[in-house]
Amino acid sequence: MPGFYADKQAAAPVRPEVLEAMLPFFSQDFGNPQSLHSAGQKASQALLKAREQLAGLINCRPDEIIFVSSGSEANNLALKGLALANQARGQRVVVSAIEHISVLRATRFLEKLGFKIAQVPVDGLGLVSPEKVAEVLTPDTVLVSVMMANSEVGTIEPVAEIARLCQSRGIIFHSDAVAAVGNIPVDVSALGVNALSLAADQFGGPKGAGALFLKKGTKITPLIDGGVQESNRRAGTENVPAIVGLGQAAELAAREMSEKSARLSRLRDRLIAGVLGRLDEVILTGHPVNRLPHHASFCVKYVEGEAMLLGLDINGIQVASGSACTSRSLRTSHVLTAMGLDPAVAQGSLVLTLLDETSDEQVDYFLENFPQVVKRLREMSPLYTKYLQEKKDVHG
Amino acid sequence: MYTDKVMEHFMHPRNVGTIPEADGVGEVGNPVCGDMMTFYIKVKDGRLEDVKFQTFGCGAAIAVSSLVSEMAKGKTLEEALKITNEQVAEELGGLPPHKMHCSNLGADALHKAIENYLSKMSGQQADKAGESNPAASQDEHFHCPFCDFILPENAQLCARCQVKLIRCEHCGEYNREGEETCGHCGAGLV
Repeated sequence: MPGFYADKQAAAPVRPEVLEAMLPFFSQDFGNPQSLHSAGQKASQALLKAREQLAGLINCRPDEIIFVSSGSEANNLALKGLALANQARGQRVVVSAIEHISVLRATRFLEKLGFKIAQVPVDGLGLVSPEKVAEVLTPDTVLVSVMMANSEVGTIEPVAEIARLCQSRGIIFHSDAVAAVGNIPVDVSALGVNALSLAADQFGGPKGAGALFLKKGTKITPLIDGGVQESNRRAGTENVPAIVGLGQAAELAAREMSEKSARLSRLRDRLIAGVLGRLDEVILTGHPVNRLPHHASFCVKYVEGEAMLLGLDINGIQVASGSACTSRSLRTSHVLTAMGLDPAVAQGSLVLTLLDETSDEQVDYFLENFPQVVKRLREMSPLYTKYLQEKKDVHG
Repeated sequence: MYTDKVMEHFMHPRNVGTIPEADGVGEVGNPVCGDMMTFYIKVKDGRLEDVKFQTFGCGAAIAVSSLVSEMAKGKTLEEALKITNEQVAEELGGLPPHKMHCSNLGADALHKAIENYLSKMSGQQADKAGESNPAASQDEHFHCPFCDFILPENAQLCARCQVKLIRCEHCGEYNREGEETCGHCGAGLV
């Protein structure tokens, strides 16, 4: 059994070069970057290097990077920190309906403090239209946050246009680029964003390291008060090994992105065409063209996502699903709901995110197995029986 | 997450299918919530001669249906009506807390099929007596966000799956206590 791990978004192996760069900073060069002695200075130098490596990937100044613990923390810092620090301008925050839960929950927090939140709807492909954003911008809008790419359906959003729109009205614009950075080109200067979130584990780095790009001159209120780390914007002793890993992963991503993205998007397209060609009553979720190169997502009608996930796992294939049963909260993915998908169809959600080293053989293996898994589940599904009966009734 | 027994039933479910001329049919759940089960029974001399099921749902839902069908087959109607959710979960070696509602659905679907048979026998309206849920006669139904049980007005606890409930002030739908936003309309819950 060849095995096929296709849940990169949840977790991916740390690249060997990255691990190698990290290892000395656990026990050998263990110093605290804030210490003035030589051990501390060694760690401080390592942070500086990581900052430069990441700045190179997203095209910003090294001092515009705030290292944090995760993408969720970066999003919380952006939403809460930017809204609070700039509320003199107004207390209205605009986000899209398909933002990551860390963004949406942060807006809930702001709402409790008296902020007004507007959610911009998306179309059936998961696209946020700049026109729709423009419609809800008011003079008291302080912050707009729209993600760079959606992790559940892979759609890449027109962030540059939305950023321009906000810039022209003097509104702060943040983008959650966790699913994007390291996988597609993200140039913060060209995009014109004020703030942007990213996480190392999405591009070959370790868990526990993320960053918020914050454009020089943008005011932010810290979430964690304490020491002077990250220029007083994020207290707490820095996670030096993880940050070093983030930097190393960023440097590799910058170097290899175009080649890797071309290779993965070819595999992705083969996978999508293969699934749609082999199974009836399956829809591709998200944008067919403007999508992450490593991302393929579907809704398979008449079967439930968790059951597919388990059936595939037994065959050595690991994927994700946005179905209600897959989540501990037993809620259907808010992204699929916002895209207007029939809730019953959304239960058949399946999400594949390909690792860098994914091979053609693995895609073939998936295409061999998946239709059988679906067939078995459909055979025991009352909904599929009903569908076949209705089809028979219609066509005689 | 699941016990070996759950996985075994999920991989090799017993009694999958339909019974064309079934003596009783019971359907519970709905696809919007992610679980739907239909049980078919054939009764002979007061015993369940045959039990078949079809399930749309997660691994736990499929395993529960399979086990319930196995437990029920050959039993008298009285015995089968005594199969409890707790027994089902126990037989499976336990289910994760957020999957307990699946065990409720399995026993309910079986019981509904038996009630459907009994009501046919006693000449009553099948849809009336076959409905095990007394609140179902209301025109406007509110469902448990967990197990889809039809809830009465001002419920604080689902009578079937024991989930604590909070009602959305905006749309009136029930949500699980502790949720911050309504799963139906997106409004904040207080």
